[in-house]
Amino acid sequence: MNESARVVDARKVDLVFQTSDGPVHALSEIDLEINKGDFISLIGPSGCGKTTLLRLIADLEKPTGGDIQVNEMTPEEARLQRAYGYVFQAPALYPWRTVEGNLKLPLEIMGIDKTEQARRSKEVLEMVDLSGFEKKFPWQLSGGMQQRVSIARALTFNPDLMLMDEPFGALDEIVRDQLNEHFHRLWEETHKTVVFVTHSIPEAAYLSTKIVVMSQRPGKIIDIIESTLPEKRTLDMRDTPEFLALSHRIREGLRAGHSYD
Amino acid sequence: MNWLRTSSFFSIAAVLAFTTVIWYGAAVYLNSDVLIDKYERKKIDWNFTKLVEDSWAMKRPIMPAPHQIMLDMKKSIFGYKISSKRSLVYHGWVTISSTLVGFAMGAVLGILLAVGIVHVSTLNKSVLPWIIASQTIPILAIAPMVIVVLGAIGVTGLLPKAIISAYLCFFPIAIGMVKGLRSPDPMHLDLMKTYNASKSQTFYKLRWPTSTPFLFASFKVSIAISLVGAIVGELPAGARAGLGARLLTGSYYGQTVQIWSALFVASIIAGSFVFLMTVMESKVQKRMGVQA
Repeated sequence: MNESARVVDARKVDLVFQTSDGPVHALSEIDLEINKGDFISLIGPSGCGKTTLLRLIADLEKPTGGDIQVNEMTPEEARLQRAYGYVFQAPALYPWRTVEGNLKLPLEIMGIDKTEQARRSKEVLEMVDLSGFEKKFPWQLSGGMQQRVSIARALTFNPDLMLMDEPFGALDEIVRDQLNEHFHRLWEETHKTVVFVTHSIPEAAYLSTKIVVMSQRPGKIIDIIESTLPEKRTLDMRDTPEFLALSHRIREGLRAGHSYD
Repeated sequence: MNWLRTSSFFSIAAVLAFTTVIWYGAAVYLNSDVLIDKYERKKIDWNFTKLVEDSWAMKRPIMPAPHQIMLDMKKSIFGYKISSKRSLVYHGWVTISSTLVGFAMGAVLGILLAVGIVHVSTLNKSVLPWIIASQTIPILAIAPMVIVVLGAIGVTGLLPKAIISAYLCFFPIAIGMVKGLRSPDPMHLDLMKTYNASKSQTFYKLRWPTSTPFLFASFKVSIAISLVGAIVGELPAGARAGLGARLLTGSYYGQTVQIWSALFVASIIAGSFVFLMTVMESKVQKRMGVQA
């Protein structure tokens, strides 16, 4: 792998939050390399710091020790260059803006002209299969549709890196399956680098090229599993022995992580 | 007739009817002492019916009956040219104009203060306590001084009254907007950060729209107290026009009916202002996609 393809490089990253109940050790000695085109899942129990790690990459938190590089810059420099698109746990759509208005928000901020704004919002809406919903307000959409708009919003300015924090966590199983399949197809077409936080084993196994298993607080990386699945995937594949073996290995890792406490 | 069932028409009518009945009773009760005293001095034969009739038709009652107030309002609103000093339209307009100017000044001041407090932490620490302290001074104490001081430097008429209104109404707007501008969801703020949005972009695209419900709530409070400010500003000696002046002359000459009709007009004006704000609010909310 050549050096210029390194998207995220974390070395001995530590994070201690100072709270009123005393210090909380959220992350400890995180070493992580993410290359261009990787689909990385961060999986672990609640409170293991996987979201925090994502926020560190996004420069929404600062590490208290170690070093992180994003595109060979500090996370702050990368953020100022708008290097990534972030998808939150909740859709986080602005309720006073229509679907189209929400999609244009990042473009307005980045000073992109009006015709280009219209073109791109139309394009990403097609990508998430929501054409025709431009004029709807968020409350008129189902939870799954809202989350698709939120993914589309992160795609409008075409970032090479997508940071996704349990984007499908609040959705029911069936909608979640649909979105997983849909999102996998999107990734196949664009080959963006994705860092994806989840606590669902099938989701991690289905989507990722690499699965990072994390332990309870203080969050540590226990295992990094290279996916053995072919690049082209279908939902049916989840019943194959290969898929089950992969899931099993993730589960083993998670169990090992729990034995810490 | 569906609107009748869904609107609050009946409940309002019921309260109004109840209040009117109580009022007529109170008018008899409160005026009876004076009347009975008069009957006995002049040795007039009286019974309860006469007492009731007389107590609803006195020239200078302690408590005028509702119909007396309505008749006086009718006379002083429709009975004179609107440029006449006897016209309540003339006095009402004087008060309305300084209410609106004061409200506009207070709104601008309150919003600017809130923006400063939210964005500059030194202002947050230094200005907020003074804003709160400013409201502990009774307006009745400071109003005459504002009039006198401004009068001494040649500023008279509408502006001093508007300043008193502004002094009262910037406060709820500033407090409401500090809260409103700080109300965005942390996730929405983080989103702005991931886009590397500037402070002013975050303000126009997130903080300002998020604060609109707070803005209208404070506007409704402020427009009503702005009217109070204007009336208080008309009370100090020298004011010749406005509802406040009307109240003052009424009390000089014992014209209780005149006082009450001025009060009625004031509350009708305040009610209309708040109603207008509600209409504006629902228009804005509709544009902002609020679920009907």
